[in-house]
Amino acid sequence: MIKPLIQHPIVQRIAAPLILGFLFLLIWQLSFQQLEVPVYVVPKPSDIVMALINQSSLLLGSLLVTLKITLLAFACAVIIGTLIAFLFVQSRVVEACFMPYAILFQVTPIVAIAPLVIIWIQNTTLALVVCAMLVAVFPILTNTTLGLRSVNKGLLNLFQINKASRWQILMRLRVPNALPYFFGGLRISCGLALIGAVVSEFVAGAGGTSAGLAYQILQAGFQLDLPLMFAALFLITCTGLGLFLLMSLLSRVFLSKWHESEQA
Amino acid sequence: MNSVLSVDIPTTSNFVTPMIMVRGVEKTYPNGTHALQRLDLNIAKGEIISLLGPSGCGKSTLLKMFADLEQPSAGQVRWNGKADIQSQCKMAMVFQEATLMPWATIEENVRLPLDLRHIAKSLSKEKVLDALKAVGLDKFAKAYPRELSGGMQMRASLARALVTEPDLLLMDEPFGALDEFTRHKLDSDIRKLWSERDLTIVFVTHSIYEAVYLSSRVIVMGARPGRVIADLEVDGPYHRDESFRTSESFIKQCSHFSELLAQASGGQDHD
Repeated sequence: MIKPLIQHPIVQRIAAPLILGFLFLLIWQLSFQQLEVPVYVVPKPSDIVMALINQSSLLLGSLLVTLKITLLAFACAVIIGTLIAFLFVQSRVVEACFMPYAILFQVTPIVAIAPLVIIWIQNTTLALVVCAMLVAVFPILTNTTLGLRSVNKGLLNLFQINKASRWQILMRLRVPNALPYFFGGLRISCGLALIGAVVSEFVAGAGGTSAGLAYQILQAGFQLDLPLMFAALFLITCTGLGLFLLMSLLSRVFLSKWHESEQA
Repeated sequence: MNSVLSVDIPTTSNFVTPMIMVRGVEKTYPNGTHALQRLDLNIAKGEIISLLGPSGCGKSTLLKMFADLEQPSAGQVRWNGKADIQSQCKMAMVFQEATLMPWATIEENVRLPLDLRHIAKSLSKEKVLDALKAVGLDKFAKAYPRELSGGMQMRASLARALVTEPDLLLMDEPFGALDEFTRHKLDSDIRKLWSERDLTIVFVTHSIYEAVYLSSRVIVMGARPGRVIADLEVDGPYHRDESFRTSESFIKQCSHFSELLAQASGGQDHD
Protein backbone atom coordinates (compact mmCIF):
# COMPACT_ATOMS: atom_id res chain seq x y z
CA MET A 1 0.00 0.00 0.00
CA ILE A 2 2.82 2.41 0.75
CA LYS A 3 4.85 1.88 -2.37
CA PRO A 4 2.29 3.25 -4.89
CA LEU A 5 1.84 6.32 -2.65
CA ILE A 6 5.55 7.13 -2.82
CA GLN A 7 5.53 6.76 -6.57
CA HIS A 8 2.68 9.25 -6.95
CA PRO A 9 4.09 12.37 -8.67
CA ILE A 10 2.41 14.84 -6.30
CA VAL A 11 3.78 12.99 -3.29
CA GLN A 12 7.22 12.91 -4.87
CA ARG A 13 7.32 16.52 -5.93
CA ILE A 14 5.61 18.24 -3.00
CA ALA A 15 5.18 16.00 0.02
CA ALA A 16 8.65 14.46 -0.02
CA PRO A 17 10.61 17.74 0.13
CA LEU A 18 8.18 19.06 2.75
CA ILE A 19 8.74 16.02 4.95
CA LEU A 20 12.49 16.41 4.56
CA GLY A 21 12.27 20.07 5.56
CA PHE A 22 10.10 19.25 8.55
CA LEU A 23 12.51 16.53 9.70
CA PHE A 24 15.40 18.96 9.38
CA LEU A 25 13.61 21.55 11.55
CA LEU A 26 12.67 18.88 14.08
CA ILE A 27 16.24 17.61 14.43
CA TRP A 28 17.49 21.21 14.63
CA GLN A 29 14.98 22.02 17.36
CA LEU A 30 15.52 18.87 19.45
CA SER A 31 19.31 18.61 19.19
CA PHE A 32 19.96 22.29 19.95
CA GLN A 33 17.51 22.07 22.83
CA GLN A 34 19.41 19.05 24.19
CA LEU A 35 22.81 20.64 23.70
CA GLU A 36 21.57 23.91 25.22
CA VAL A 37 23.22 26.02 22.54
CA PRO A 38 22.82 29.68 23.54
CA VAL A 39 20.32 31.60 21.47
CA TYR A 40 22.90 34.29 20.52
CA VAL A 41 25.00 31.59 18.82
CA VAL A 42 22.38 29.55 16.98
CA PRO A 43 18.66 30.07 17.67
CA LYS A 44 16.25 27.16 17.56
CA PRO A 45 13.33 27.20 15.10
CA SER A 46 11.01 27.92 18.03
CA ASP A 47 13.05 31.04 18.95
CA ILE A 48 12.74 32.27 15.37
CA VAL A 49 8.99 31.71 15.37
CA MET A 50 8.75 33.63 18.67
CA ALA A 51 10.76 36.50 17.18
CA LEU A 52 8.45 36.55 14.18
CA ILE A 53 5.42 36.80 16.44
CA ASN A 54 6.79 39.18 19.07
CA GLN A 55 8.38 41.60 16.64
CA SER A 56 5.74 41.22 13.97
CA SER A 57 4.88 44.91 13.68
CA LEU A 58 8.53 45.91 13.31
CA LEU A 59 9.21 43.14 10.79
CA LEU A 60 6.03 43.73 8.83
CA GLY A 61 6.86 47.43 8.44
CA SER A 62 10.34 46.55 7.22
CA LEU A 63 8.98 43.87 4.91
CA LEU A 64 6.72 46.45 3.28
CA VAL A 65 9.67 48.83 2.79
CA THR A 66 11.82 46.16 1.16
CA LEU A 67 8.90 44.87 -0.88
CA LYS A 68 8.11 48.38 -2.10
CA ILE A 69 11.69 48.98 -3.21
CA THR A 70 11.92 45.56 -4.85
CA LEU A 71 8.67 45.93 -6.74
CA LEU A 72 9.38 49.49 -7.88
CA ALA A 73 12.87 48.49 -9.02
CA PHE A 74 11.49 45.41 -10.77
CA ALA A 75 8.79 47.44 -12.54
CA CYS A 76 11.35 50.02 -13.67
CA ALA A 77 13.69 47.25 -14.85
CA VAL A 78 10.90 45.66 -16.89
CA ILE A 79 9.88 48.93 -18.52
CA ILE A 80 13.39 50.23 -19.16
CA GLY A 81 14.81 46.84 -20.18
CA THR A 82 12.01 46.21 -22.65
CA LEU A 83 12.20 49.70 -24.12
CA ILE A 84 15.95 49.43 -24.66
CA ALA A 85 15.47 45.97 -26.20
CA PHE A 86 12.99 47.42 -28.69
CA LEU A 87 15.49 50.14 -29.47
CA PHE A 88 18.26 47.58 -29.96
CA VAL A 89 16.35 45.50 -32.52
CA GLN A 90 15.62 48.54 -34.65
CA SER A 91 19.20 48.63 -35.79
CA ARG A 92 22.36 46.63 -35.33
CA VAL A 93 24.34 49.87 -35.11
CA VAL A 94 22.36 51.07 -32.09
CA GLU A 95 22.88 47.74 -30.38
CA ALA A 96 26.58 47.69 -31.23
CA CYS A 97 26.98 51.21 -29.79
CA PHE A 98 25.14 50.67 -26.52
CA MET A 99 25.57 47.00 -25.68
CA PRO A 100 29.17 47.34 -24.38
CA TYR A 101 28.00 49.99 -21.90
CA ALA A 102 25.06 47.89 -20.81
CA ILE A 103 27.52 45.07 -20.14
CA LEU A 104 29.79 47.51 -18.32
CA PHE A 105 26.91 48.31 -15.95
CA GLN A 106 26.17 44.65 -15.49
CA VAL A 107 29.70 43.54 -14.61
CA THR A 108 30.29 46.40 -12.16
CA PRO A 109 29.20 45.06 -8.74
CA ILE A 110 26.23 47.04 -7.49
CA VAL A 111 27.75 47.34 -4.00
CA ALA A 112 30.48 49.41 -5.61
CA ILE A 113 28.09 51.85 -7.30
CA ALA A 114 25.55 52.06 -4.48
CA PRO A 115 27.39 54.64 -2.30
CA LEU A 116 27.69 56.92 -5.32
CA VAL A 117 24.01 56.61 -6.19
CA ILE A 118 23.10 57.27 -2.57
CA ILE A 119 25.21 60.44 -2.52
CA TRP A 120 23.71 61.67 -5.77
CA ILE A 121 20.09 60.90 -5.04
CA GLN A 122 18.87 62.52 -1.83
CA ASN A 123 15.64 60.59 -1.60
CA THR A 124 16.59 57.28 0.05
CA THR A 125 13.77 55.27 -1.46
CA LEU A 126 14.55 56.53 -4.95
CA ALA A 127 18.26 55.86 -4.49
CA LEU A 128 17.57 52.29 -3.39
CA VAL A 129 15.16 51.74 -6.28
CA VAL A 130 17.75 52.96 -8.77
CA CYS A 131 20.41 50.65 -7.34
CA ALA A 132 18.15 47.62 -7.37
CA MET A 133 16.91 48.47 -10.85
CA LEU A 134 20.47 48.58 -12.17
CA VAL A 135 20.95 44.99 -11.01
CA ALA A 136 17.63 43.73 -12.34
CA VAL A 137 17.49 45.34 -15.75
CA PHE A 138 20.15 43.31 -17.54
CA PRO A 139 18.46 39.89 -17.89
CA ILE A 140 15.31 41.55 -19.19
CA LEU A 141 17.28 43.57 -21.70
CA THR A 142 19.36 40.68 -23.05
CA ASN A 143 16.57 38.11 -23.05
CA THR A 144 14.05 40.39 -24.73
CA THR A 145 16.60 41.49 -27.33
CA LEU A 146 17.42 37.87 -28.08
CA GLY A 147 13.73 36.96 -28.35
CA LEU A 148 12.89 39.88 -30.64
CA ARG A 149 15.83 38.95 -32.86
CA SER A 150 15.59 35.19 -33.09
CA VAL A 151 12.55 34.91 -35.32
CA ASN A 152 12.14 32.01 -37.72
CA LYS A 153 13.70 32.92 -41.08
CA GLY A 154 10.86 31.32 -43.01
CA LEU A 155 8.24 33.26 -41.06
CA LEU A 156 10.15 36.47 -41.68
CA ASN A 157 10.18 35.64 -45.42
CA LEU A 158 6.45 34.98 -45.27
CA PHE A 159 5.84 38.40 -43.72
CA GLN A 160 8.05 40.00 -46.37
CA ILE A 161 6.23 38.24 -49.21
CA ASN A 162 2.97 39.57 -47.83
CA LYS A 163 4.45 43.06 -47.75
CA ALA A 164 4.21 43.39 -43.98
CA SER A 165 5.26 46.76 -42.60
CA ARG A 166 8.05 47.10 -40.06
CA TRP A 167 5.40 47.69 -37.42
CA GLN A 168 3.46 44.56 -38.40
CA ILE A 169 6.63 42.47 -38.27
CA LEU A 170 7.40 43.87 -34.83
CA MET A 171 3.95 43.44 -33.31
CA ARG A 172 2.80 40.24 -34.97
CA LEU A 173 6.08 38.35 -35.25
CA ARG A 174 8.86 39.69 -33.06
CA VAL A 175 6.84 40.47 -29.93
CA PRO A 176 5.00 37.12 -29.66
CA ASN A 177 8.26 35.35 -30.46
CA ALA A 178 10.03 37.23 -27.66
CA LEU A 179 7.46 36.35 -24.97
CA PRO A 180 9.06 33.10 -23.75
CA TYR A 181 12.46 34.83 -23.57
CA PHE A 182 10.90 37.82 -21.80
CA PHE A 183 9.28 35.62 -19.16
CA GLY A 184 12.58 33.82 -18.67
CA GLY A 185 14.13 37.24 -18.07
CA LEU A 186 11.39 38.14 -15.59
CA ARG A 187 12.09 35.07 -13.49
CA ILE A 188 15.78 35.89 -13.16
CA SER A 189 15.19 39.61 -12.81
CA CYS A 190 12.67 39.47 -9.94
CA GLY A 191 15.22 37.67 -7.79
CA LEU A 192 17.91 40.16 -8.77
CA ALA A 193 15.66 43.10 -7.88
CA LEU A 194 15.34 41.69 -4.37
CA ILE A 195 19.09 41.11 -4.10
CA GLY A 196 19.69 44.66 -5.35
CA ALA A 197 17.23 46.08 -2.83
CA VAL A 198 18.80 44.22 0.10
CA VAL A 199 22.39 45.00 -0.89
CA SER A 200 21.73 48.70 -1.40
CA GLU A 201 19.86 48.84 1.92
CA PHE A 202 22.97 47.45 3.57
CA VAL A 203 25.05 50.17 1.98
CA ALA A 204 22.59 52.98 2.70
CA GLY A 205 21.98 51.72 6.25
CA ALA A 206 18.85 53.84 6.43
CA GLY A 207 16.90 53.49 9.68
CA GLY A 208 13.71 55.03 10.99
CA THR A 209 10.61 54.80 8.86
CA SER A 210 12.56 53.70 5.80
CA ALA A 211 14.14 50.72 7.57
CA GLY A 212 13.86 47.65 5.41
CA LEU A 213 14.55 44.02 6.25
CA ALA A 214 18.25 44.41 5.46
CA TYR A 215 18.50 47.17 8.08
CA GLN A 216 16.81 44.89 10.62
CA ILE A 217 19.40 42.23 9.85
CA LEU A 218 22.22 44.75 10.40
CA GLN A 219 20.68 45.98 13.67
CA ALA A 220 20.01 42.47 14.91
CA GLY A 221 23.65 41.68 14.13
CA PHE A 222 24.91 44.56 16.26
CA GLN A 223 22.67 43.44 19.13
CA LEU A 224 23.42 39.74 18.67
CA ASP A 225 19.66 39.23 18.35
CA LEU A 226 19.99 36.15 16.18
CA PRO A 227 16.33 35.07 16.29
CA LEU A 228 15.34 38.45 14.83
CA MET A 229 18.07 38.10 12.24
CA PHE A 230 16.77 34.69 11.19
CA ALA A 231 13.20 35.98 11.18
CA ALA A 232 14.14 38.83 8.80
CA LEU A 233 16.09 36.40 6.64
CA PHE A 234 13.07 34.10 6.52
CA LEU A 235 10.87 36.96 5.33
CA ILE A 236 13.37 37.92 2.61
CA THR A 237 13.44 34.33 1.37
CA CYS A 238 9.64 34.24 1.36
CA THR A 239 9.54 37.46 -0.65
CA GLY A 240 11.93 36.05 -3.26
CA LEU A 241 10.02 32.81 -3.45
CA GLY A 242 6.70 34.61 -3.78
CA LEU A 243 8.01 36.77 -6.62
CA PHE A 244 9.44 33.78 -8.43
CA LEU A 245 6.19 31.82 -8.14
CA LEU A 246 4.23 34.83 -9.35
CA MET A 247 6.46 35.14 -12.44
CA SER A 248 6.14 31.40 -13.12
CA LEU A 249 2.38 31.73 -12.89
CA LEU A 250 2.37 34.70 -15.29
CA SER A 251 4.53 32.74 -17.71
CA ARG A 252 2.16 29.80 -17.50
CA VAL A 253 -0.90 31.96 -18.10
CA PHE A 254 0.58 33.53 -21.21
CA LEU A 255 2.47 30.61 -22.71
CA SER A 256 0.66 27.44 -21.68
CA LYS A 257 -1.35 27.25 -24.88
CA TRP A 258 1.59 27.07 -27.22
CA HIS A 259 5.08 27.03 -25.76
CA GLU A 260 6.97 23.80 -25.06
CA SER A 261 8.36 25.11 -21.77
CA GLU A 262 4.89 25.19 -20.23
CA GLN A 263 3.67 21.82 -21.48
CA ALA A 264 2.95 19.16 -18.93
CA MET B 1 30.79 18.08 -67.01
CA ASN B 2 31.54 16.92 -70.56
CA SER B 3 27.97 16.70 -71.83
CA VAL B 4 26.36 20.05 -72.45
CA LEU B 5 22.70 19.70 -73.15
CA SER B 6 20.87 22.40 -74.97
CA VAL B 7 18.07 24.20 -73.19
CA ASP B 8 14.88 24.34 -75.18
CA ILE B 9 12.50 27.15 -74.48
CA PRO B 10 8.97 25.85 -75.13
CA THR B 11 7.59 27.17 -78.38
CA THR B 12 4.35 28.31 -76.77
CA SER B 13 6.15 31.02 -74.84
CA ASN B 14 7.35 32.59 -78.06
CA PHE B 15 3.85 33.91 -78.58
CA VAL B 16 2.55 34.56 -75.11
CA THR B 17 4.42 36.59 -72.52
CA PRO B 18 5.57 34.05 -69.95
CA MET B 19 4.46 34.45 -66.36
CA ILE B 20 8.07 34.20 -65.24
CA MET B 21 10.93 34.98 -67.57
CA VAL B 22 14.52 34.46 -66.47
CA ARG B 23 17.21 36.04 -68.59
CA GLY B 24 20.94 35.57 -68.04
CA VAL B 25 20.49 35.23 -64.30
CA GLU B 26 23.58 34.57 -62.23
CA LYS B 27 24.09 34.40 -58.51
CA THR B 28 27.41 34.67 -56.79
CA TYR B 29 27.50 35.05 -53.03
CA PRO B 30 29.97 37.40 -51.32
CA ASN B 31 31.95 34.37 -50.11
CA GLY B 32 32.55 33.40 -53.74
CA THR B 33 30.02 30.56 -54.00
CA HIS B 34 28.74 30.41 -57.53
CA ALA B 35 25.13 29.43 -56.83
CA LEU B 36 23.72 29.97 -60.31
CA GLN B 37 25.47 30.14 -63.64
CA ARG B 38 23.93 32.11 -66.52
CA LEU B 39 20.39 30.87 -66.61
CA ASP B 40 17.55 31.38 -69.09
CA LEU B 41 14.08 30.04 -68.45
CA ASN B 42 10.45 30.67 -69.25
CA ILE B 43 7.50 29.58 -67.17
CA ALA B 44 4.13 29.95 -68.83
CA LYS B 45 0.90 30.72 -67.08
CA GLY B 46 -0.90 27.59 -65.90
CA GLU B 47 2.15 25.36 -65.86
CA ILE B 48 3.00 23.06 -62.99
CA ILE B 49 6.72 22.83 -63.10
CA SER B 50 9.38 21.16 -60.96
CA LEU B 51 12.90 22.31 -60.33
CA LEU B 52 14.71 19.03 -59.74
CA GLY B 53 18.28 18.63 -58.59
CA PRO B 54 20.71 17.71 -55.83
CA SER B 55 21.34 20.01 -52.88
CA GLY B 56 23.53 22.94 -53.77
CA CYS B 57 22.27 23.22 -57.34
CA GLY B 58 20.70 26.59 -56.61
CA LYS B 59 17.08 25.50 -57.10
CA SER B 60 15.93 27.10 -53.84
CA THR B 61 17.90 30.24 -54.67
CA LEU B 62 16.14 30.41 -58.02
CA LEU B 63 12.76 29.95 -56.37
CA LYS B 64 13.53 32.76 -53.93
CA MET B 65 14.27 34.96 -56.93
CA PHE B 66 10.85 34.11 -58.32
CA ALA B 67 9.45 35.32 -54.99
CA ASP B 68 11.56 38.47 -55.15
CA LEU B 69 13.18 37.45 -51.85
CA GLU B 70 16.59 37.17 -53.47
CA GLN B 71 18.18 39.38 -56.13
CA PRO B 72 20.31 38.02 -58.97
CA SER B 73 23.92 39.18 -59.19
CA ALA B 74 23.44 39.57 -62.94
CA GLY B 75 20.58 39.22 -65.39
CA GLN B 76 16.92 39.68 -64.61
CA VAL B 77 13.67 38.02 -63.61
CA ARG B 78 10.45 39.35 -65.11
CA TRP B 79 6.87 38.67 -64.15
CA ASN B 80 4.42 38.94 -67.06
CA GLY B 81 7.11 40.89 -68.84
CA LYS B 82 7.54 43.47 -66.05
CA ALA B 83 10.27 43.84 -63.48
CA ASP B 84 7.80 44.47 -60.66
CA ILE B 85 6.27 41.37 -59.12
CA GLN B 86 3.74 43.35 -57.07
CA SER B 87 1.76 44.74 -59.94
CA GLN B 88 2.01 41.60 -62.04
CA CYS B 89 1.04 38.58 -60.02
CA LYS B 90 -0.44 37.40 -56.78
CA MET B 91 2.23 35.14 -55.42
CA ALA B 92 2.23 32.83 -52.41
CA MET B 93 4.98 30.62 -51.11
CA VAL B 94 5.19 27.38 -49.14
CA PHE B 95 8.47 26.76 -47.37
CA GLN B 96 10.51 23.69 -46.49
CA GLU B 97 9.03 23.73 -43.03
CA ALA B 98 5.45 24.55 -42.18
CA THR B 99 6.66 27.84 -40.60
CA LEU B 100 3.46 28.35 -38.66
CA MET B 101 3.36 30.81 -35.78
CA PRO B 102 3.33 28.50 -32.73
CA TRP B 103 1.46 31.08 -30.63
CA ALA B 104 -1.48 31.30 -33.02
CA THR B 105 -4.24 28.83 -33.86
CA ILE B 106 -4.40 27.22 -37.30
CA GLU B 107 -7.20 29.62 -38.20
CA GLU B 108 -5.16 32.65 -37.14
CA ASN B 109 -2.14 31.33 -39.02
CA VAL B 110 -4.12 30.92 -42.21
CA ARG B 111 -5.66 34.36 -41.81
CA LEU B 112 -2.28 36.06 -41.44
CA PRO B 113 -1.77 37.03 -45.11
CA LEU B 114 -5.23 38.61 -45.12
CA ASP B 115 -4.60 40.40 -41.81
CA LEU B 116 -1.36 41.81 -43.17
CA ARG B 117 -3.35 43.19 -46.10
CA HIS B 118 -5.79 44.83 -43.66
CA ILE B 119 -8.75 42.79 -44.90
CA ALA B 120 -11.72 43.01 -42.55
CA LYS B 121 -12.40 39.97 -40.34
CA SER B 122 -15.93 39.67 -41.70
CA LEU B 123 -14.51 39.19 -45.20
CA SER B 124 -11.55 37.05 -44.27
CA LYS B 125 -13.54 34.60 -42.18
CA GLU B 126 -15.10 32.87 -45.14
CA LYS B 127 -11.88 32.85 -47.16
CA VAL B 128 -10.05 31.21 -44.26
CA LEU B 129 -12.72 28.54 -43.94
CA ASP B 130 -12.61 27.86 -47.69
CA ALA B 131 -8.84 27.52 -47.62
CA LEU B 132 -9.01 25.17 -44.63
CA LYS B 133 -11.67 23.09 -46.37
CA ALA B 134 -9.53 22.90 -49.51
CA VAL B 135 -6.78 21.17 -47.52
CA GLY B 136 -9.18 19.21 -45.28
CA LEU B 137 -8.34 21.01 -42.06
CA ASP B 138 -11.63 22.82 -41.38
CA LYS B 139 -12.15 20.73 -38.23
CA PHE B 140 -8.82 21.90 -36.82
CA ALA B 141 -9.34 25.65 -37.10
CA LYS B 142 -8.98 26.21 -33.37
CA ALA B 143 -6.05 23.85 -32.83
CA TYR B 144 -2.53 25.04 -32.20
CA PRO B 145 0.23 23.97 -34.61
CA ARG B 146 1.96 21.75 -32.02
CA GLU B 147 -1.23 19.71 -31.72
CA LEU B 148 -1.04 18.68 -35.40
CA SER B 149 1.12 16.10 -37.15
CA GLY B 150 3.86 17.18 -39.58
CA GLY B 151 1.64 16.46 -42.58
CA MET B 152 -1.27 18.43 -41.14
CA GLN B 153 1.02 21.35 -40.32
CA MET B 154 2.13 21.34 -43.95
CA ARG B 155 -1.51 21.34 -45.02
CA ALA B 156 -2.11 24.37 -42.83
CA SER B 157 0.87 26.03 -44.46
CA LEU B 158 -0.66 25.26 -47.84
CA ALA B 159 -4.01 26.69 -46.74
CA ARG B 160 -2.22 29.88 -45.71
CA ALA B 161 -0.76 30.10 -49.23
CA LEU B 162 -4.13 29.47 -50.89
CA VAL B 163 -6.09 31.95 -48.79
CA THR B 164 -4.96 34.91 -50.87
CA GLU B 165 -6.11 33.10 -54.04
CA PRO B 166 -2.70 33.39 -55.68
CA ASP B 167 -2.07 32.88 -59.35
CA LEU B 168 1.54 31.88 -58.72
CA LEU B 169 2.34 29.31 -56.04
CA LEU B 170 6.00 28.72 -55.18
CA MET B 171 6.83 25.62 -53.17
CA ASP B 172 10.29 25.05 -51.73
CA GLU B 173 10.76 21.32 -51.04
CA PRO B 174 7.59 21.45 -48.96
CA PHE B 175 7.19 17.73 -48.26
CA GLY B 176 10.84 16.77 -47.84
CA ALA B 177 10.52 16.07 -44.14
CA LEU B 178 7.35 13.97 -44.36
CA ASP B 179 6.96 10.20 -44.54
CA GLU B 180 6.35 8.68 -47.95
CA PHE B 181 2.63 7.96 -47.53
CA THR B 182 1.84 11.49 -46.41
CA ARG B 183 4.01 12.83 -49.16
CA HIS B 184 2.20 10.87 -51.87
CA LYS B 185 -1.14 12.01 -50.55
CA LEU B 186 -0.06 15.65 -50.50
CA ASP B 187 1.44 15.39 -54.00
CA SER B 188 -1.90 14.10 -55.27
CA ASP B 189 -3.69 16.93 -53.49
CA ILE B 190 -1.39 19.52 -55.04
CA ARG B 191 -1.97 18.08 -58.48
CA LYS B 192 -5.72 18.17 -57.84
CA LEU B 193 -5.64 21.75 -56.58
CA TRP B 194 -3.70 22.78 -59.64
CA SER B 195 -6.19 21.15 -62.00
CA GLU B 196 -9.13 22.78 -60.22
CA ARG B 197 -7.75 26.28 -59.98
CA ASP B 198 -6.19 28.83 -62.22
CA LEU B 199 -2.76 28.26 -60.72
CA THR B 200 0.82 28.32 -61.88
CA ILE B 201 2.98 26.20 -59.60
CA VAL B 202 6.75 26.07 -59.33
CA PHE B 203 7.78 23.18 -57.13
CA VAL B 204 11.32 22.62 -55.88
CA THR B 205 12.22 19.03 -55.03
CA HIS B 206 15.09 16.59 -54.94
CA SER B 207 12.79 13.63 -55.48
CA ILE B 208 12.64 12.41 -59.08
CA TYR B 209 9.36 10.56 -58.43
CA GLU B 210 7.72 13.61 -56.95
CA ALA B 211 8.83 15.78 -59.84
CA VAL B 212 7.56 13.38 -62.50
CA TYR B 213 4.28 12.70 -60.72
CA LEU B 214 3.43 16.34 -60.11
CA SER B 215 4.64 18.24 -63.06
CA SER B 216 3.79 19.06 -66.60
CA ARG B 217 7.43 19.98 -67.06
CA VAL B 218 10.62 19.20 -65.15
CA ILE B 219 13.72 21.35 -65.13
CA VAL B 220 16.74 19.31 -64.10
CA MET B 221 19.50 21.28 -62.45
CA GLY B 222 23.10 20.39 -61.69
CA ALA B 223 25.34 21.59 -58.88
CA ARG B 224 28.61 23.52 -58.62
CA PRO B 225 27.82 25.77 -60.30
CA GLY B 226 24.02 25.64 -60.35
CA ARG B 227 22.79 25.35 -63.91
CA VAL B 228 20.02 23.87 -66.03
CA ILE B 229 20.88 20.44 -67.42
CA ALA B 230 17.61 19.55 -69.04
CA ASP B 231 14.16 20.99 -69.50
CA LEU B 232 11.64 18.31 -70.43
CA GLU B 233 7.89 17.91 -70.67
CA VAL B 234 6.43 15.06 -68.64
CA ASP B 235 4.38 12.60 -70.65
CA GLY B 236 1.41 11.74 -68.49
CA PRO B 237 -2.37 12.08 -68.19
CA TYR B 238 -3.93 15.33 -67.04
CA HIS B 239 -5.73 13.68 -64.15
CA ARG B 240 -3.19 11.57 -62.30
CA ASP B 241 -3.70 9.01 -59.57
CA GLU B 242 -1.82 6.12 -57.98
CA SER B 243 -2.01 4.11 -61.21
CA PHE B 244 0.25 6.66 -62.90
CA ARG B 245 2.91 6.01 -60.24
CA THR B 246 3.08 2.36 -61.21
CA SER B 247 2.74 2.85 -64.97
CA GLU B 248 5.56 1.88 -67.30
CA SER B 249 5.75 5.39 -68.72
CA PHE B 250 6.23 6.85 -65.20
CA ILE B 251 9.04 4.46 -64.37
CA LYS B 252 10.72 5.00 -67.73
CA GLN B 253 10.67 8.77 -67.33
CA CYS B 254 11.97 8.54 -63.77
CA SER B 255 14.93 6.45 -64.85
CA HIS B 256 15.61 8.89 -67.69
CA PHE B 257 15.77 11.80 -65.22
CA SER B 258 17.92 9.69 -62.96
CA GLU B 259 20.39 9.14 -65.81
CA LEU B 260 20.42 12.84 -66.61
CA LEU B 261 21.26 13.68 -63.02
CA ALA B 262 23.97 11.04 -62.87
CA GLN B 263 25.49 12.34 -66.11
CA ALA B 264 25.45 15.88 -64.84
CA SER B 265 27.26 15.04 -61.65
CA GLY B 266 29.83 13.30 -63.89
CA GLY B 267 30.92 10.86 -61.25
CA GLN B 268 31.45 13.62 -58.71
CA ASP B 269 29.94 12.83 -55.37
CA HIS B 270 27.23 15.20 -54.38
CA ASP B 271 25.11 15.28 -51.28
